[in-house]
Amino acid sequence: MADLMIKALDAHYGDFQALYGIDLSIAAGEVVAIIGSNGAGKSTLMRSLSGLMRNAPEQIVFKGESIGGLRADEVSKRGIALVPEGRQLFPSLSVEENLLIGTQVGREGAWTLARIYELFPILHERRNQASTSLSGGQQQMVAIGRALMSNPDLLLIDELSLGLAPVIIKSIYEALPDIISNGMSAVIVEQDITKALSVSSRFYCLQEGRVSLDGKPGERSREEISRAYFGV
Amino acid sequence: MSRPSHTVHRSSPASRAAAIFGLIVLAILATAPLWAGRADMRLMSELFLYLALASLWNLLAGYAGLVSVGQQAYVGFGGYVLFALTIFLDIHPILAIGLAAILGAAISVPVALLIFRLRGAYFAIGTWVIAEVFRLGFAQVQALGGGSGTSLPVQVVRSIASGRTMREWTTYWMALGLVVAVLAIVYLFLRSRRGLALTAIRDNELAAGSLGIDIWRSQFIVYVVTGALAACTGALIFLQKLRITPDAAFSVNDWTAFVIFIVVIGGIGTIEGPIIGTLIYFALRETLADLGTTYLIILGVVAIIVMLKAPNGLWGLVRARWGVELFPLSYRVAAPKK
Repeated sequence: MADLMIKALDAHYGDFQALYGIDLSIAAGEVVAIIGSNGAGKSTLMRSLSGLMRNAPEQIVFKGESIGGLRADEVSKRGIALVPEGRQLFPSLSVEENLLIGTQVGREGAWTLARIYELFPILHERRNQASTSLSGGQQQMVAIGRALMSNPDLLLIDELSLGLAPVIIKSIYEALPDIISNGMSAVIVEQDITKALSVSSRFYCLQEGRVSLDGKPGERSREEISRAYFGV
Repeated sequence: MSRPSHTVHRSSPASRAAAIFGLIVLAILATAPLWAGRADMRLMSELFLYLALASLWNLLAGYAGLVSVGQQAYVGFGGYVLFALTIFLDIHPILAIGLAAILGAAISVPVALLIFRLRGAYFAIGTWVIAEVFRLGFAQVQALGGGSGTSLPVQVVRSIASGRTMREWTTYWMALGLVVAVLAIVYLFLRSRRGLALTAIRDNELAAGSLGIDIWRSQFIVYVVTGALAACTGALIFLQKLRITPDAAFSVNDWTAFVIFIVVIGGIGTIEGPIIGTLIYFALRETLADLGTTYLIILGVVAIIVMLKAPNGLWGLVRARWGVELFPLSYRVAAPKK
């Protein structure tokens, strides 16, 4: 059975409809990429999944439970963690305190401070610094580490590489297989199609709030993907 | 994988020195009846109660992000509870102060349910409206003197202690005890897991929520605790004044505007800030109060200069420059000894 099922998900901002009947499923341990151009609805989908945007309960089912109507903190207690777009660190807290916030959910598991520092040694060096003093890439590491500290079963990463230097993007993508392990599933939202498809087993392409294409990265041709991506 | 064995602790030489210094100051203050005059003790009691209100407002606004301009609701409520319980039910005033805290907590629950629907500036205005509702409500209670207020009956005052001197000592010690308790509660609260969550909420509500922090609940707890302690402080304030009127009890100037001034110039979002701010406020007031309106203008100018030149307050300036923290909340790392 799929870990996460999205059934006919609609999302609205006031009068504006951002998502139209999205159907999507993710199996345990699977890494799924969500690609699409600006305004395609990727971030709205992430907001819905993480509870930042409330939906009809049955539209999102996680491990057999309808969670579409839950608040963000209730969603995270059920094992869904978000690495938000733009990192969204806590500026008055140090690097380590930012990471410790991830333990507020109270989910025990394999991820501990020591393991995060092993994954990103630079954070250990900077653990006592203000999170604002870090570079963009290091901040992204904190944001990922903070989400992992909640020991999620499903990790949502919104705009993983946005605004980061290519060398940093490369190193974060290299770390991904270590991050997504032990049966954890992940949804990666990305504008960089090549990077996203390189780490995922399946992808969904969104266009104007609808799924325009889905499949396995190898199965679809570049032309098919770019047609679904740009809508031309 | 081996890592250099850094040690992590919260305290620093500065915080340990501050703790010892604090205990010495506390011992000196506790023995004030032996060395201070009547007027000095009154002034110090007032200072302690302002420090308590400032620390509570700092917890509310500086940490929980609940910028209220209506805390006078609880100060006045506490004062009226003291008068009502002692006059109508013959409850001992010291017990009534404790009950004021409990009733303050009880009344803050429905208030929170109502005003937590508001955000930001609307929340601030909402709290003020609630305080006005309290003021108008108590002004209707004829048994407590209505709009012109009432005095604490002589027998109630006498029940604190028979002699005037002992009475003054008792109220002084209660004020000192209250401020120590408030500072301890604020400090321990912020050191707890919930304290870290509060800071996270203040910094970024959305991110805090998606990391499993129940924002509503965290803010609710802070609101109820500060409401209870503000009511307790209010009861003590009006026990010293011996007279209460709706205008004095629910004065936005006395119990919120000056308190915000104290917290802002001292340094919002730090425990030390309100302490520095209270000392500065009283120093200004005692030296300049004779100037009348000019005094208020000077207060305003000081507030504007501090906000422009040191937005984190005077303690923020000290901390940025020397990195000292007298009440250690954050962790620090010490390099391994070679």
